[in-house]
Amino acid sequence: MTGEQPLLRLEGVSKRFTKHLDAAEKLVNLVGGRRREEVVHAVDDVSLDVREGEVVGLVGESGCGKSTLGRVVAGVHQPSDGKVIWRGKNVAGLSGAARRDALLKIQMIFQDPMSSLNPRMRVADIIGEAPRVHGLVPAAEIPAYVDEMLQRVGLDPAYKTRYPHQFSGGQRQRIGIARALAVKPDFLVCDESIAALDVSIQAQVLNLFMDLRTDLGLTYLFISHDLGVVEHLSDRVVIMYLGRVVESAPTEALFSGPNHPYARALLDEVPRIDRRKREFQPVKGEIPSPLSPPSGCHFHPRCPHATARCREEVPRLREIAPGWTSACHLNDAGA
Amino acid sequence: MSQTPPVLQVEDLRTHFFTRAGVARAVDGVSFSLGRGEVMGLVGESGSGKTVTGFSLLGLVDPPGRIVGGSIRLGGEELIGRSERDWQALRGTRIAMIFQDPMMTLNPVLRIDTQMIEAIRAHAPVSEADARERARAALARVGIPSPDERLAAYPHQFSGGMRQRVAIAIALLNEPDVIVADEPTTALDVTIQAQILYEVRKLCAETGMAMIWITHDLAVVGGLADKVAVMYAGRIVEEGPVDAVLDGPLHPYTHGLVGSVPSQNRRGQKLTQIPGMAPSLLSLPPGCSFAPRCARADGACTAMPDLVAAGGDRAMRCHHPHQPPGETAVRATGEVAGETGRARA
Amino acid sequence: MTTPNTQPGATPPGGAALAAAMPAVPPVESPLRRFLTDFSASWLALLAALMLAVIILIALFAPWISPQDPYDLAVVSIFDARLPPGSTSMEGTTFWLGTDGAGRDLLSAIFYGLRISLSVGVMSGILAIIVGMSVGLAAAYAGGRTETLIMRVVDLQLSLPAVLIALILLAILGKGVDKIIIALVIAQWAYYARTVRASALVERRREYVEAAACLGLGHARIVFRHILPNCVAPLIVVGTVQTAHAIALEATLSFLGVGLPLTEPSLGLLISNGFEYMLSGKYWIAVFPGVALLLTIVSINIVGDQLRDVLNPRLQK
Repeated sequence: MTGEQPLLRLEGVSKRFTKHLDAAEKLVNLVGGRRREEVVHAVDDVSLDVREGEVVGLVGESGCGKSTLGRVVAGVHQPSDGKVIWRGKNVAGLSGAARRDALLKIQMIFQDPMSSLNPRMRVADIIGEAPRVHGLVPAAEIPAYVDEMLQRVGLDPAYKTRYPHQFSGGQRQRIGIARALAVKPDFLVCDESIAALDVSIQAQVLNLFMDLRTDLGLTYLFISHDLGVVEHLSDRVVIMYLGRVVESAPTEALFSGPNHPYARALLDEVPRIDRRKREFQPVKGEIPSPLSPPSGCHFHPRCPHATARCREEVPRLREIAPGWTSACHLNDAGA
Repeated sequence: MSQTPPVLQVEDLRTHFFTRAGVARAVDGVSFSLGRGEVMGLVGESGSGKTVTGFSLLGLVDPPGRIVGGSIRLGGEELIGRSERDWQALRGTRIAMIFQDPMMTLNPVLRIDTQMIEAIRAHAPVSEADARERARAALARVGIPSPDERLAAYPHQFSGGMRQRVAIAIALLNEPDVIVADEPTTALDVTIQAQILYEVRKLCAETGMAMIWITHDLAVVGGLADKVAVMYAGRIVEEGPVDAVLDGPLHPYTHGLVGSVPSQNRRGQKLTQIPGMAPSLLSLPPGCSFAPRCARADGACTAMPDLVAAGGDRAMRCHHPHQPPGETAVRATGEVAGETGRARA
Repeated sequence: MTTPNTQPGATPPGGAALAAAMPAVPPVESPLRRFLTDFSASWLALLAALMLAVIILIALFAPWISPQDPYDLAVVSIFDARLPPGSTSMEGTTFWLGTDGAGRDLLSAIFYGLRISLSVGVMSGILAIIVGMSVGLAAAYAGGRTETLIMRVVDLQLSLPAVLIALILLAILGKGVDKIIIALVIAQWAYYARTVRASALVERRREYVEAAACLGLGHARIVFRHILPNCVAPLIVVGTVQTAHAIALEATLSFLGVGLPLTEPSLGLLISNGFEYMLSGKYWIAVFPGVALLLTIVSINIVGDQLRDVLNPRLQK
């Protein structure tokens, strides 16, 4: 690894969601009920560096915490523990203009192109509101600025007086991208940003992301369950399972030989056009509920190689090759 | 596939929706046939008519939609024009459906055993004990662990993947000839989808049930189906054996779809993309509906091309199809994707 | 509506191929037009809306369209009292709906009564919406203990019959237009608070609110510019139905004699006045104001029902 400062660094970030008891449930407890507060460890002690200009793919299944992690990075959620460090500064320690600037530099592209745009606002307001409110662009230049943003994402500026429902899914996603670009970000968090689009539109939006990367020098955290897309786009891939990172590796290395048994299962089981009807035994069992994750290694109940140690001890992420870490006890066997 | 007569034969099926804004020809002249134990992938984007085709096969089209013509033959029997009572008798016994949302099939306030036993006894005079035994067997067959305990559970006690398995088990109960599955794994996670695809493939091979798997995902079809039909704007534009179609798509739309899958492209390079977006069914362009997005389109495309045979059980609907790949070119793109070459500044 | 088809002159690199690739969006009917077509899909609703429009116009222009000013003592003559519908006055004017116990033209009295009933209903509705909306938004956005506290108060309020609350309040406050409006607002704000909170809770979880937070927009802006406009549709529906309730409630209170003072004769007061003549066969004095009240409330409710169907996003195709 180079000594340069990462653009974004996560240090031991955790995010817990607690469902507090309401008055009725407390009452039930008074008369002998057993209601307890439910705590979900959506993200559990995640550390991650993202260098400037890098595309990091974040992969995992439902309940793995990838969306929550993305929202912590984008400042929508505050971490319960740990630090989000932007250009060397802890975001939580910033205040006023410095905090706002750090917030604006990281923008998010959402999954659902319908619910991520305010249905009661015109496209021009959706895109122009934040730059106007923050004074990023002089008020008189806002209309021209909105036009520029629309053109950048491949939309005709003549559409800017319309409402979101008058656009197709792909176009709405472009409007969401224009809204994010309008505050001049350095870093985009894409949370399943193409999952809701039609197949032929997905390629268009992916190409737009790649164009923006070259044109604007953007850095991406690309969250997806689609390994094919992540492989195509990312320099590095991080795989999460039930709130924890299980493996992080350069894309080529990971796709040529994943180390963690879960990563292996995931790579094997994604249907791909170029590998059809291979005989394989799918990994057994369900994804456990994040409300009561298994002890030790979260993956042990489904893992074909699990040992007694996996049930008891949480495996740490350890470097198994330069820039390649994996959290599996099996790696200790040979060491 | 074989010389035995097809179990399901659909000819020139047309289902239109009569809306205030005009007539939407959601399904406009769809024909295909399905043999015993065969799995057909019906692929298309939203609005292509794939789901409406599936619903039409079960007589489940609600107003303002209506089947306006064509023929659906199940084991030689014509289904179009039947009364609602006949359809009800057919559904669940000879043709069944699996929905994207399993709660379409499951009643949230009834136990699984109640629902399954009721589904069996509604169609066949069996004792309660026999019905329970059949329900148990069906759950076991779709890979549900400890089916006896699970029979006594309510739908909300199952995970999404398990619920979908239960819905599949219910569809299987009366051993239908054909199952229509409408994106049943789209909402599920990768490892769970893999499990279900694995079970379904095994089931069709074992029982000889035919299946129509409706999806937008070519990769799923590639791993599951024997043959594939690709729909665009209410019509089948290409059909044929899965390997042949995915390795050498003839229609420019299929070609574009296969080409835009990331694994078919060089890593980090721009993806080949289909420009534009699917047309509204209310204002289709004259002639070939794909022409406005097609690089190969010319004056000839203002006339609707017919679905013509293209050799090797294949058919396509295009005036200017791509050439089937030669012996040497097969899978060339797939190998490129495996390379680790990077071109980045 | 026309579809702009112009291609941008200068496209930045990267956007060029895509801009050319994006076809024009097909023309879409405007939201207002769609609303109007959907609304008039039911002839009953259309009829009710028409009726309501006529009622509102009558209320607005009552002083100009009434045959006489029923509260000008110089015009009203006690000798014309209790005349049946269609009779002629001493001066030769016709009382189409008859006269009441004081000799007023009933038609004119109803016109003036509508004016008072509607304005009390609408005024209290608007005030209750403002109060309820603020409280509901505050509860939804604050969450936690604040929300629990507010919503328990709302629950308490909703568990008591509105008539009872209004009666108690009026017993304390006394008579008067302002007093009855206060009573009606207090009896009704909770409905609006509950409605706004419910839809604000849904809207709050939408991704566009997260996007606004991501864009560094302030809390006030998010609440009032982003969340509130999306909660308006259910508010309109509840507002329509609640206005009808407010009118009925005011009529009830006035009928019971605790509502408006005699100087502000609403429909309820007219019915109350005519009630004593019912048994003597002079039905018109109570029945015609009653019919006017009934038509008003029924048409508002039908319009409200149709609004609910049209504005319900779940039913939208």
